[in-house]
Amino acid sequence: MSQTIKLKKGFDLNLAGKAENKIIEVPQPDTYALKPTDFAGLSRPKLLVKEGDNVKAGSPLFFERNEEDILYTSPVSGEIVEIKRGEKRKVLEVKILADKEIEFEKFKKYSSSDINGISKEDALDQLKKSGGWLNIIQRPYGIVANPADSPKSIFISTFDSSPLAPDYAYILQGHEQNFQAGIDILKKFTAGNVHLNINSKAEVSQLFSQMKNVEVNNITGPHPAGNVGVQIHHIDPIAKGDVVWTVNPIGVAVIGKLFTEGIYDTSRLVALTGSQMNERGYTKLFAGACLNKISEKAEGTDNRYISGNVLSGEGIGAEGYLGYYSNQITVIPEGKHEEFLGWIKPSTNKLSFHKAFGMLTFLNGKNKEFEVNTNTYGEERNFVISGAFEEVMPMDILPTYLFKAILAEDYDDMEALGIYEVIEEDVALCEFVDVSKNPIQEILREGIELIKEG
Amino acid sequence: MKFLQKKFDDLKPLFEKGGKYEKFYPLYEGHRTIFFAPDIITGKKGAQIKDATDLKRLMMTVIIAMIPCLIFGMWNVGHQHFIATGIEASILDKFWIGILKVVPIIAVSYGVGLMTEFTFCVIYQKPVEEGYLVTGMLIPLIMPATIPLWQVALATVFAVIIGKEVFGGTGMNILNVALTARVFLYFAYPSQISGDVWTYFGDKTPVDGFSGATILAYGAEAAGNGTNMMQLASNHWYSGMFDFWNMFIGIIPGSIGETSTLMCLIGAIILIATGVGSWKIILSVVLGTLAMGGLFNLTGGNSFMEMPAHYHLVIGGLAFGAVFMATDPVSASHTDLGKWIYGFLIGVITVLIRVINPAYPEGIMLAILFMNVFAPLIDFYVVEANKKRRLKRATV
Repeated sequence: MSQTIKLKKGFDLNLAGKAENKIIEVPQPDTYALKPTDFAGLSRPKLLVKEGDNVKAGSPLFFERNEEDILYTSPVSGEIVEIKRGEKRKVLEVKILADKEIEFEKFKKYSSSDINGISKEDALDQLKKSGGWLNIIQRPYGIVANPADSPKSIFISTFDSSPLAPDYAYILQGHEQNFQAGIDILKKFTAGNVHLNINSKAEVSQLFSQMKNVEVNNITGPHPAGNVGVQIHHIDPIAKGDVVWTVNPIGVAVIGKLFTEGIYDTSRLVALTGSQMNERGYTKLFAGACLNKISEKAEGTDNRYISGNVLSGEGIGAEGYLGYYSNQITVIPEGKHEEFLGWIKPSTNKLSFHKAFGMLTFLNGKNKEFEVNTNTYGEERNFVISGAFEEVMPMDILPTYLFKAILAEDYDDMEALGIYEVIEEDVALCEFVDVSKNPIQEILREGIELIKEG
Repeated sequence: MKFLQKKFDDLKPLFEKGGKYEKFYPLYEGHRTIFFAPDIITGKKGAQIKDATDLKRLMMTVIIAMIPCLIFGMWNVGHQHFIATGIEASILDKFWIGILKVVPIIAVSYGVGLMTEFTFCVIYQKPVEEGYLVTGMLIPLIMPATIPLWQVALATVFAVIIGKEVFGGTGMNILNVALTARVFLYFAYPSQISGDVWTYFGDKTPVDGFSGATILAYGAEAAGNGTNMMQLASNHWYSGMFDFWNMFIGIIPGSIGETSTLMCLIGAIILIATGVGSWKIILSVVLGTLAMGGLFNLTGGNSFMEMPAHYHLVIGGLAFGAVFMATDPVSASHTDLGKWIYGFLIGVITVLIRVINPAYPEGIMLAILFMNVFAPLIDFYVVEANKKRRLKRATV
């Protein structure tokens, strides 16, 4: 049954630096990297390549030791130029010097009429060995899905409500066939529904509303309404023992193309956003692109280059590599400066969820776009319960109690209070509004690791 | 402000690791962050930007909400002084007396309290926290103007150590810290904080017929010996003192900041508009008070029970307690449903203590402390209900 969900809680961050719906030509980066650290829970990657090897897009680079048949494959063709390691020789980046013309590994290609006839086993096999499988994320834990599971349902959120987020309808223009093929493939893995959740406030792109084989649900509300975790909570919640899969719309198209054209093509339009970007729009990149060509287009010298959005993204530096699941680059100024009486000075330019004394942001009206930087505006403190977490969490979850249960390493309480239902992005707003400046996403991941191991 | 920044930079090596005053780094940092919001930036993972509000700003909002009570309280100290001594005086004269009596109490409260905090920060090498900003202002506002300063100092030390630091500092305490200070005095030095201590005379003598009785004292007397409370109150030596509107505005004897319901209301509006104080708690205290007061009105029994229920809202420290004490986010219930229960019971118990228990004329202080202790229990059941809902959906 299709559902309509209206959410009230949450907070939209209206930032300066939105991407226009246009293509920006940026020279193709020389290098790309696949980072094991992008995949939560991937702890012991076994490398299949060494420096100097040549690979194609879709050639395996490494796998997780206890899940040997899911291959983590190269997004581009070229030469492995560096395997960057960190402490205890932990693999951080496998860097590939990309060919001018990307060559693809050839996988089996199906005509669109054949796709429905593909057996689940064949589909699984092709997904696992090509890298397509990496687009399927399981809840709980937010890790690459376990092929042995049969999820009770699969969720696709077709809109991203996070700050400056890309517009999937724009990105996927012209990819309708691949998108439908991706859905048809996914449908084979669940006896339940494939839920396609659309933003009922925005003009609904025909692209999504015409899809077959799915349950279309309408969602409205402020961020995090676009988070697939919030949608699952209201449509088909996860209890202990349940498994639900989620796929990003771009991932769905990647999966589709893998079957319609027989290639693992991770190229997509990536949104270039943030107040420090000279020109804002979309540019075509493969997964794991190096930022160096793009950072040339940013203003100022002291910038934070973020793979993803400002709430749950990762600062990667001007020469860093885009995360595997990121479809957005945000560039904002760093905020490393002291401000005289900054903790009490009235201001109309600072973005705050709270309306505490001197926070006159509401005077600007609703359409004011805020220029933000990376200053924390305060030091870390013990949790002081301001009630703000509850106001930005549109789920029947008591966030304060969940975080405290994690800090206390209380397994029973973590479970009972809903740790299976959330991943980092779902509590990112809590981290933002927290006056005590605690690293809440980090705390949550520690909790998820505990419960996964335990 | 480069000059100040440079001064701090010059001092920094002394306090850093290996410096002469290495141990006092929290003090250095605490002072620097008063002048300058720190230059800390977010980490590589997680939220890359943070909300511009921090704990300091949140706490300052509460202090600003208390300023109307403080200013009015200062005036009222002088006003009560002059009417009790029968001397004509201007508004400035009244205010001046208030300043003379109140400012030293505030100075002692902040001075001693912050000193105690700093000592703990140095001993445990932890950063200076903001909690005392609010507590330091709350303590003077709930003291009578006649309180000896050494008692304020003692109570403050007791409250900071036993009320807060032993639990781990700001955010970890169970009881409201300022009320801990007051309850300490209540039990340790009862003669200076209860009875006829609400009016300051200085070296002047009171006028003939003066009585320091508050309306709560009349209530206790009426309940004790069956006299008519409202009649006693209306026969007060200063006519019109205990009219409803006079009490609402707060021109009555009482603790420095708590007499004026009107000023508390202004504070409540500031707290609610800024979202810093929970309107749920404030409203539910009022509802609890009216419910219990109304129940007594119905049952009757003695003239205190028959006092109109809405009088409870304007007498004693109920309004101040409801707005500034019950809403303390640390010691109150944390869950939404819990807040309703917590506030309602504070109202109910306040009226119960006032009317039924002759030993304590004022009930709000004990009611809040009592409910502070029970807040975690209320939350426990609210959280259990959430867990049960969650469990119902389980398939295995």
